[in-house]
Amino acid sequence: MKLYEYQAKEILRKYNINVPRGEAVTDAEGAANIYNQLGAKKCVIKAQILAGGRGKGGGVKVVETLDEVKSYTSETIGSLLITAQTGKKGIKVNNVLIEEAIDIEKELYLAISIDRSASKITVISSTEGGTEIEEVSSKAPHKIFKEQINPILGIRDFQARQIALNLNLTGSLLTKASNLLKNLFKIFIENDCSLLEINPLALTTEGELFALDIKMDIDDNAIFRHKEFQEIHDLSEDKSTEKMASEAGLSYIGLEGNIGCLVNGAGLAMATMDIIKLHGGSPANFLDVGGDAPVERVTTAFEIIFTDPKVKGVLVNIFGGIMKCDIIAEGIIQAIEKVNIKVPLVVRLEGTNVKIARKILDNPDLNIIFADSMKDASKKIIKAVRGK
Amino acid sequence: MSILINKDTKVICQGITGKSGMFHTEHMLEYGTKILAGVTPGKGGSQVFGVPVFDSMKEAVEKTGCDTSIIYVPAPFAADAIIEAAESEIKLIICITEGIPTIDMLKVKAYLNTKTARLIGPNCPGIITPGESKIGIMPGYIHTPGSVGVVSRSGTLTYEAVWQLTQRNIGQSTCIGIGGDPVIGTTFIDVLKLFQEDGNTEAVVLIGEIGGSAEEEAAEFIKMEVTKPVISFIAGLTAPEGKRMGHAGAIIAGGKGTVAEKVSCLRSSGVTVADSPADIGETVEKVLSP
Repeated sequence: MKLYEYQAKEILRKYNINVPRGEAVTDAEGAANIYNQLGAKKCVIKAQILAGGRGKGGGVKVVETLDEVKSYTSETIGSLLITAQTGKKGIKVNNVLIEEAIDIEKELYLAISIDRSASKITVISSTEGGTEIEEVSSKAPHKIFKEQINPILGIRDFQARQIALNLNLTGSLLTKASNLLKNLFKIFIENDCSLLEINPLALTTEGELFALDIKMDIDDNAIFRHKEFQEIHDLSEDKSTEKMASEAGLSYIGLEGNIGCLVNGAGLAMATMDIIKLHGGSPANFLDVGGDAPVERVTTAFEIIFTDPKVKGVLVNIFGGIMKCDIIAEGIIQAIEKVNIKVPLVVRLEGTNVKIARKILDNPDLNIIFADSMKDASKKIIKAVRGK
Repeated sequence: MSILINKDTKVICQGITGKSGMFHTEHMLEYGTKILAGVTPGKGGSQVFGVPVFDSMKEAVEKTGCDTSIIYVPAPFAADAIIEAAESEIKLIICITEGIPTIDMLKVKAYLNTKTARLIGPNCPGIITPGESKIGIMPGYIHTPGSVGVVSRSGTLTYEAVWQLTQRNIGQSTCIGIGGDPVIGTTFIDVLKLFQEDGNTEAVVLIGEIGGSAEEEAAEFIKMEVTKPVISFIAGLTAPEGKRMGHAGAIIAGGKGTVAEKVSCLRSSGVTVADSPADIGETVEKVLSP
């Protein structure tokens, strides 16, 4: 789960990390109130979306008058912001963060992430803050430093100092920076982050370190032990099918095509999409019904697939392991009754309890096209969809 | 005929009284796996399908002499179960559980570096040596004994590949699912090393997917150390960038971890890569009988 910048900044504040004074608002009036409260002439208004590239995309504005605050806020909230990372459609802005502007001496980069190959936590730092780290990595890789942290020992003082020194933060800044790093590491662990990126980390003209922009991703597997993130998740205005699916215990991702897919297991679900594409079709979605799903979840899976009006046929590809084929079969029967499936349905079943499942579905009235392999299934669904 | 497990492997099932622990214990016993004990704290003294249940791993190991365990414990308690197994001198720990927080796994892995125990998974289907022992959740009947080793990040896609092999009468030495999480106990490279050393494995099927760089690292290792033929398929050609495709580890981020990148690394290391998941069996057949 990704947090909005303003949510991440609240967390940093709790850990005594400097972030600019400010607050998120949902309308121009709110923005005007905060602007007056801040009492700073120069402020920055930042559109809150879960994608980067906002600066270049017009989602960040420096304002110096109350009129500017109102007009920018009212034109931004409710609009679709398009940046290099949002896709062509853009993302709707529901909040803006208004905060006081900071006088920047130098912009630095700092991130904590998980190094999958090494199974360690890595602190990535660079003196080239303010630009995308991928860009620095391709143009000036020698300006990126990586420090690996043992997850049991945590970040040690000498490591925090080394990172600070790499960023040329010496003298009185050395202690400030290493304390900042230790606090950031604490945030990372205590909040089960999978990414915590501060870009830029600003060194101000007064010699302080301020986190100006933050990306904070929380490990979905750990949300069960963080009430505050569960609340954010529940209250979020995200009404997407993906969220509906995840609440039902399904993993669903909508795509551009017209062949709905209902598969068990992430690898097989991806492979099913791939084979549809290889044979000239186009998948409408990724859907992993998961292991050990009850019948109702299978029915819900069909409902979710059919929320997409583009779907002209469905391919069910199940290789039972934890998931038992007979449960899928019963789910299909329920779905046919409940959802009133009007498009072709190709079913391929193999694995645990497959014989029972075949018996359950052995009824010509169900109008199911059976397939005996993945290749057979993908060819049959593509043909059926084209025939319509 | 195998790596890591065989007909003599003695197994404890952690979480044996839970729904999936029980279901799969029955199937493992049916397959002939020697499950000598189960552990569920608070259920000591009871039995599941005739298997005695103990309150702790320590007691289960003392009473039965097992050196392998399989874990069906729910995610919030699974990291603890892995450490309990390692502390009880278990040598091979297979963790089926999905959804363990990554930071827990990072700590577990750093801890296991100080022990001799090997962890497979988590979030994996387990391991099977066909005709001898099945320690996992895979359907037994799709496998047949033979000399092709299978290693995969996926569960059901592995079954698909194995089934294609079995239908062509190509048997398997051992099949291992290493798991779909970002932090796992045993990597492609660890398993490739074992298959390379195993006298009865003639070829290896490696099934990967988008995300991370495990396939690229495996390709590098194959180039240097593996003389046996390797056949591969990588899932996720149609996966959009930035979306987690079911598995916690399956995500293309910042243009990294794509199928194209992985396939090109594997091909340049001499691996035969099937473009279609339906052609894995056929590709192995061609490689084995040119």
